[in-house]
Amino acid sequence: MIAEHAIILVVVLPLLVAPLCVLLGRGTLAWGAATLAVWSSFGLALHLLGRVLEEGVLRYQLGGWAPPVGIEYRLDLAGALVMTIVTAIGAVVLPYSFASVRREIDEHRHAWFYACLLLCFAGLLGITVTGDAFNLFVSLEISSLATYVLVSIGRDRRALTAAFRYLLLGTVGATFYLIGVGFLYQMTGTLNMEDMARILTEARPDGLGPVHSTKTVRAALAFLTVGTFLKIALFPLHVWLPNVYAYAPSVVSAFLSATATKVAILVLLRVFYTVDGKATPFDALPIADTMVPLAIVGALVASFVAIYQRDVKRLLAYSSIAQVGYMAIGIGLATQAGLAASLLHMINHAIMKGTLFLAVGCIVYRVGQTRLEGLRGVGREMPLTSTALVLGGLSLIGVPLTAGFVSKWALLQAVLADSHWIVAALILLSSLLSILYVGQVIHVLLLRKRPPGAAPIQEAPLWMVLPTLVLAIGNLWFGIASDQAAEVSRQAAEFLIREVAP
Amino acid sequence: MGWLLEWMSVEVALLAALVSPLAGAALVVALGPNPNARDGSSLVAGVVTFLCVLRIAMALQAGEPVAMELWEPTPGLLFALEVEPLGLLFALVASLLWPITTLYAIGYMRAHHEEHQTRFFAFFAITISAVLALAFSANLASLFVCYEAITLATFPLVTHSNDRTAWRAGRVYLGILMGTSVGLLLFGVLGVHALAGTTRFTPGGVLAGPLADGNVSKATLGVLLGLFVFGAAKAAVMPFHRWLPNAMVAPTPVSALLHAVAVVKAGVFTILKVVVYIFGLDLVRELHAHTLLLYVAGFTVVAASVIAMHKDNLKERLAYSTIGQLSYIVLGALLVAPESVQGAGLHIAAHAAGKITLFFGAGALLVTAHKKYVSELDGIGRQMPITMACFAIGSLSIIGLPPTGGMWSKLLLIEGAYHAGHGPVVVALLISSLLSVVYLLSIPVRAFLRPAPTAQTGEHPHHGPAPWTCRIAMVLTAGLSVWLFLFPDFLYDLVVRMTEPTP
Amino acid sequence: MEFLGYINYWVFIVLMMSGFYLFLSARNLVKKIIGLNLFQTSVFIYYISTGKLRDGSVPIQTEGIESYSNPLPHVLILTAIVVGVASTALGLSLILRIKDDYGSIEEDEIDAQDVLS
Repeated sequence: MIAEHAIILVVVLPLLVAPLCVLLGRGTLAWGAATLAVWSSFGLALHLLGRVLEEGVLRYQLGGWAPPVGIEYRLDLAGALVMTIVTAIGAVVLPYSFASVRREIDEHRHAWFYACLLLCFAGLLGITVTGDAFNLFVSLEISSLATYVLVSIGRDRRALTAAFRYLLLGTVGATFYLIGVGFLYQMTGTLNMEDMARILTEARPDGLGPVHSTKTVRAALAFLTVGTFLKIALFPLHVWLPNVYAYAPSVVSAFLSATATKVAILVLLRVFYTVDGKATPFDALPIADTMVPLAIVGALVASFVAIYQRDVKRLLAYSSIAQVGYMAIGIGLATQAGLAASLLHMINHAIMKGTLFLAVGCIVYRVGQTRLEGLRGVGREMPLTSTALVLGGLSLIGVPLTAGFVSKWALLQAVLADSHWIVAALILLSSLLSILYVGQVIHVLLLRKRPPGAAPIQEAPLWMVLPTLVLAIGNLWFGIASDQAAEVSRQAAEFLIREVAP
Repeated sequence: MGWLLEWMSVEVALLAALVSPLAGAALVVALGPNPNARDGSSLVAGVVTFLCVLRIAMALQAGEPVAMELWEPTPGLLFALEVEPLGLLFALVASLLWPITTLYAIGYMRAHHEEHQTRFFAFFAITISAVLALAFSANLASLFVCYEAITLATFPLVTHSNDRTAWRAGRVYLGILMGTSVGLLLFGVLGVHALAGTTRFTPGGVLAGPLADGNVSKATLGVLLGLFVFGAAKAAVMPFHRWLPNAMVAPTPVSALLHAVAVVKAGVFTILKVVVYIFGLDLVRELHAHTLLLYVAGFTVVAASVIAMHKDNLKERLAYSTIGQLSYIVLGALLVAPESVQGAGLHIAAHAAGKITLFFGAGALLVTAHKKYVSELDGIGRQMPITMACFAIGSLSIIGLPPTGGMWSKLLLIEGAYHAGHGPVVVALLISSLLSVVYLLSIPVRAFLRPAPTAQTGEHPHHGPAPWTCRIAMVLTAGLSVWLFLFPDFLYDLVVRMTEPTP
Repeated sequence: MEFLGYINYWVFIVLMMSGFYLFLSARNLVKKIIGLNLFQTSVFIYYISTGKLRDGSVPIQTEGIESYSNPLPHVLILTAIVVGVASTALGLSLILRIKDDYGSIEEDEIDAQDVLS
């Protein structure tokens, strides 16, 4: 029974627990309920990933309505992979959130915070499982609306303007997506992605080539692309991101940076591969010619800007923009290797950015600020947190034996396999820039002395350090011993590419 | 030594050679509060490691293939080990000198009252493990990973004294080594993979095929070669040499083993491996770029010697001498004559034995007499005769005079340069040798022959000889230099097998 | 005639562009929300108009009715309207809090305060 409905339980469970959190009222109880819900989702996600690996695509009809009319939940390997990332990060972040939230958010908002976190979580998971283009929009908006609340829930008033701008741009992005889906619906008469893909390749009634060669479909694709670019914060549509990550509560920054952009990238994959098939975006429109240059310029510019940031969380936010650029490069290559590298980098980036933001959160817990000067000399007084921060930083640079190196290697290999030597050189250049900004943080953290007269600080509470260390060790594990991540992303990429071939 | 053969299989030895330094590091940390037990465990780990490498050497002599695949995190990034003659030579040198250096370091660190000795010995051991893994790497990808691991593991050693100068030096160290390796070396490694579809070290090289198929032009391959020569900045080819003098702020045992032997040799070893096993000698000979790079290395040889002459700080003088000597090896690789490549391989061992002796001497002078500058050394040989005698032998080896091993390698190098028809290179080698006579031999001459400053200037209070562990270590390494002169056959066989691979 | 045949698209485009222009040009946060609303509403109108069939009836299945409008876009837009209302409400409540904390809802004045702080 559970196995049969697991695919929907993953989404519905947090969705149902969210109002429960509000009813429970008290922060501690809400936290307990949220943790249980997220951990159950994590268990279900692992179960589903195993099943997808074994049986292939899982299908589930909502309410028993068959696909063209009803909504179909369809979990392929890419979806299962992202689902596992999201739930795993959630499972790590929730134990951490207890102490951090008490420190950073007003007491009477705790229950609401967990409710919104669960809503956001449910929305993100909904995107990973859905096979319906419109349902994807709804899930996207559920998670986005919850995100706006989460960002603004802290005490920093700058978070309000950040959230507001995010809301404006996010809504524009979602509406663009909606327009695109509308055009596609008009041309195909279905909202199911698989059916769309099939009908798009069929010949038009008037005999003028396949449906996907019409201007309407191209316009739809343009809207979808721009809308999703906004959501993944691809340069130059990234303006909303730095302030959001910088001023949101630590838990939220960690959770969003590790999950939200990843899910948005899955949306991009759905648009480019599942819905339209590789043929349309990459042959009829100059997607590859625009996306790869934008991504590489984004990676360089964002890395460069990151060097000059005086706020650690802003610095990490800019590095996220750069890392999104790497993933976009892999997708823009439109080869299986590139896609696999992007997916792998998605996993690894979730781990490393999660580590970094959680570690910064631990420091905020003790030091109370995120400016670079505030980190001076913290290394000696918070050794575990600093270890995690250093490991995450090394992984971000892509130092061998860390997760970041493996995926950067895969990406560069994919880029060079297509003989894009200049792109590869520019990626390496941006890695060099990342040495500078990560080195700066590590330098301040470990080498500078505590300002004279500063109160002595101690290590953050165990329940914050432990999750941080778990993710930090994940950086090493995925960098050294694990070939499973690479294998899963390779299979997922293979499936996505194959899916579109007629 | 037969018992060694029965006692462990070669696979076990291969893994044990990498694991025992790590185990040593763990023991060092665990035994930290008890200095004697801690340093003892460090020594034992060193001896065990050397025995493991010896066992591998026996297997290779017997013609057994020694290879192992460990894991593959992503396709194309395969961690694998495979022992070939050059790697074995490098591993032998590093693992033999490690316990000797440990012996030296015990005396040095205690006499110098260094802090954080546990951390020091632990990172030292980790570095050795990474060096051995680099020596045994079966492909460029794992070699690159080990190369970076060495950089990171030595960083705490460079910044050991934890003061402003140390950290500034550490920044230069990390900046240059990481920058070049990520920007150039990694690009080269990936380029090779993209062109040849593999990065495995193969006798005869892997790039000749793509060139013959017309997939790549000679100019591109030339650029690729340049990426390796400059990207392996541990080889300190100018203009990426500045990290090495900076790294001299580290405690002397680090300068001795790591920045004269293990780390810097990792750089030239990478270049040699790439020239011999990735490009192949025949291919490099066809590339115009190799002549250009040859002159860069030649310039480094002469320029470094000139700078060394002007350095009064003894360790800096030795550092610049190292830069010059490393470029000998790079030269040897780029001359692509069989003799020169053999000479380059041999020079890894000969220079290691010589230079480590010199650094031991410099360290002994520092801890015993508190002398850092060459100009202060007048007449010191009377108080520290063993130290200065060993120093003299080391100097001879670096210059390339008998009775030391340095003679053979330099002879092969010059012979190779002559056969390859590079007259200017021969001249450069000779000029640099003459310069090294001036800047190295002048030191023992000064120490033994010049009178000590008179007592009224207040200098040279009686301080006696260096700590006994230091003296033992120096005698051992100086003896190694002489031994290499008397019995070079074993190593020579190894380097010959490198250029004439057995079918 | 062709122009009139596409009248729904023209309405859609004019509304969308005015909304988008207001959204981009207004410096007052509430005006921005109004622009965004207009922008979203134009999309709703577009969706609903595509479902309309000429001479089609209300989509209730009874005897004698052959052609009827496509009901699916209506259903979709009901959902989308809910989403739109939610984001408007959220945006307005954020504006309230911004007003509390900054004492202004003009973008320039808010930015000026953030630069100073």
